[in-house]
Amino acid sequence: MLGMCITHSIASGMGGVRTAGDLVARIQMARGMKTKDAKKYVADKLKISVPELTDSTVMTVVREELGLGCVAQLPGHPKGMEAKFNIAKLLDIEINSVNKFKQKTGMFTPASA
Amino acid sequence: MAKTMQRFGDGYLREMTETELQKDIEDGIQDAAERCGGSPLSDDETKHLFDIYASPQRFVSVEPGNEILLTHDGGTIKLNVGVSGGAGLGLDIGRRLCTEIYERMLGSDTMDFGHVDYSFKPAKNILADEQQEMEQTVLSTIIPIYYGAMPNLGSYTRPDGPFRNPTMLLTEGKIEEAREASEEMMKAATRDMVYIASGMYEAGADGVNFDTTGALGDVDFLATLRACEILKKKYPNIFIEMGMAGEFVLGIHGALEYDGVRLAGLWPHQQVKIAAKAGVTVFGPAINTNTKRSCAWNVARVVTMMKPCMEAAEIPVHPNMGMGVGGSPLTDIIASDAVSRGSTAVAEIAKVDGL
Repeated sequence: MLGMCITHSIASGMGGVRTAGDLVARIQMARGMKTKDAKKYVADKLKISVPELTDSTVMTVVREELGLGCVAQLPGHPKGMEAKFNIAKLLDIEINSVNKFKQKTGMFTPASA
Repeated sequence: MAKTMQRFGDGYLREMTETELQKDIEDGIQDAAERCGGSPLSDDETKHLFDIYASPQRFVSVEPGNEILLTHDGGTIKLNVGVSGGAGLGLDIGRRLCTEIYERMLGSDTMDFGHVDYSFKPAKNILADEQQEMEQTVLSTIIPIYYGAMPNLGSYTRPDGPFRNPTMLLTEGKIEEAREASEEMMKAATRDMVYIASGMYEAGADGVNFDTTGALGDVDFLATLRACEILKKKYPNIFIEMGMAGEFVLGIHGALEYDGVRLAGLWPHQQVKIAAKAGVTVFGPAINTNTKRSCAWNVARVVTMMKPCMEAAEIPVHPNMGMGVGGSPLTDIIASDAVSRGSTAVAEIAKVDGL
């Protein structure tokens, strides 16, 4: 773990929910975008610069303000599935687990189901 | 003559002069360029690689702005039991908690969620259990999660499976029988991969990771390509990652083709085009580590092989950089000095999309 996963995370990784890593990954996964383009897309949606995507101080504030979920499980703030609802809406993408949640709770049937 | 300490593919450190290091890097570049028909690295790229490996620091990283995405193979099961060989950390926790740890403690951008055997075939009998745990996990986590497993066509041969073993038949000179057995295995494996991946997508996973694709050469590769094609038609939004088993597709069958292209003998820059046609979202080439050579030599090969792959790729590329591939040493406990250098080199010189 320390040698491989953590080393890659620190040496070259975007940082996951500490920063915007999960958001850039979601765009790459949903749209097939290359990382450079996916970073630009997410930065534009968040109204921040591309370098700020990997700044944990900036991104903690942004994530709290937009309800995107954080490392810290802040009381009253969106977590888990709640945060993914907000991420899908903000990034304008379909998230499978969010759509399944909506189907199961009768919220709607997505076009792609 | 300045001395440097270089990690080797077997995991041990050895002293090298800067001249020896430079020659090792040049040899690695030359080896890769000759094997896959690509161009050698430029002088600037070679110097960048030399600087990374000549650095006396115990840890090297990318410059801010050059960060890339991280996908995983076998992610969650590495914290508890490990992948088949028992190399896990032994923590008495389930995959939901593992995913939360990766998300909130380890800064993972995404997570792979797989069965302890990490093959599709044995997961068939416990699909409902896999779905239950996935359904719970996607409720409490934010990062994208995909179900990961190996096509592992070897597990379909006798005595573990119902089919004759093509590699045994080949040693007996029974080429036609070996090809027949391969074709029977492919049908069963494709069916299983589609069944499991569909079940996990229905449980809320973002997609599927076909890890160690091509372990049984072109037979394994084609069975997986067919599964990708079926899944993409069935679920247009599904995320599909394909991680390869090695740098070169072995010709176990020898005559198999996908969309008119013979699969045996393909290198990463050719594999990525085939993967994209089949509906793969992210392609993960695997460049083998030579344990007798330095990590600098190995990573020089990786970067040189990745450059034409990146030029050819219309989809994002995340090369495998774990134990025994991507220039990482073949040890369970991998030295961070080696991994951080490989990570940095591939991100900044090959300009990959992720790892």
